[in-house]
Amino acid sequence: MNFENLSFYLFAAVLIGAALSVIFSRNPVHAALSLVLAFFTAAGIWLMLEAEFLAISLILVYVGAVMVLFLFVVMMLDINLNRMREGYWNYLLPALIVSGIFLTELIVLIGGRVMFNKPADVPAAITSEGNTLQLGRLLYTEYLYAFELAAVILLVAIVAAIALTLRRRKDMKLVSSNEQFSASRESRLKIVSMPVEGGRREDPS
Amino acid sequence: MITLSHYLILAAILFSISIAGIFLNRKNIIIILMSIELMLLAVNINFVAFSHFLGDLSGQIFVFFILTVAAAEAAIGLAILVVLFRNLNTINVDDIGEMRG
Repeated sequence: MNFENLSFYLFAAVLIGAALSVIFSRNPVHAALSLVLAFFTAAGIWLMLEAEFLAISLILVYVGAVMVLFLFVVMMLDINLNRMREGYWNYLLPALIVSGIFLTELIVLIGGRVMFNKPADVPAAITSEGNTLQLGRLLYTEYLYAFELAAVILLVAIVAAIALTLRRRKDMKLVSSNEQFSASRESRLKIVSMPVEGGRREDPS
Repeated sequence: MITLSHYLILAAILFSISIAGIFLNRKNIIIILMSIELMLLAVNINFVAFSHFLGDLSGQIFVFFILTVAAAEAAIGLAILVVLFRNLNTINVDDIGEMRG
């Protein structure tokens, strides 16, 4: 057993163990941390597949951003865990049947293909360029429109997330900027003419 | 020698685990969202494996876009969850039957 086999089986075992721990753990915080482990090992598997850029961005995007978001939400919400676990095992049988059928079908489908059973002839190292350079070259030429669309999707997500969670406090003292901009001199300042008190003073002489 | 089938079967196992996770944790929206993330990860592993064994980088581009959309989806889903908790004070799926759907 060479190093490649060893590392693949190690990563695969850890990945599956972490995934099982995600769905079986009692505490959502533990589930989130197991998911972090799953993403780390998946990044390791992607490194074995020579997708370095994606492996690093998986760690940065998922472990760095998405999972922190998950942990924030899990810890911020006050959840009654006992009610959540009621009847947890009731649906074990349907779950096993459905996922078992699905898995068998997939394995029959994949394993039956002799084509993939022999070691695939990988086109010997397309170029000496790095994975990131190749990916960037493809992304900024052929897939430019899709790339810009992805940027728009992220912008929409930012706006939607802020708009959903924005809450105006009742006791906050705010000046309506609309009212402020439309203010004119007449609405703020009024000049009144009134008689001088006591009338005009007479010359004392 | 690790072949394409190894990676595909690994991804299939991961996908089945997350299907079972959605069945088991049907009352806890947070774990359901995590299971969906696991499903996307399984699909991404497939994409990267095919990209490597067919020598075509397009698969990795697709994974890039799936990562983008998944991040947006997680952000919006969690925002909805926070609003839900603020209004109803629960995130139990059983209590969220307002619309009688």
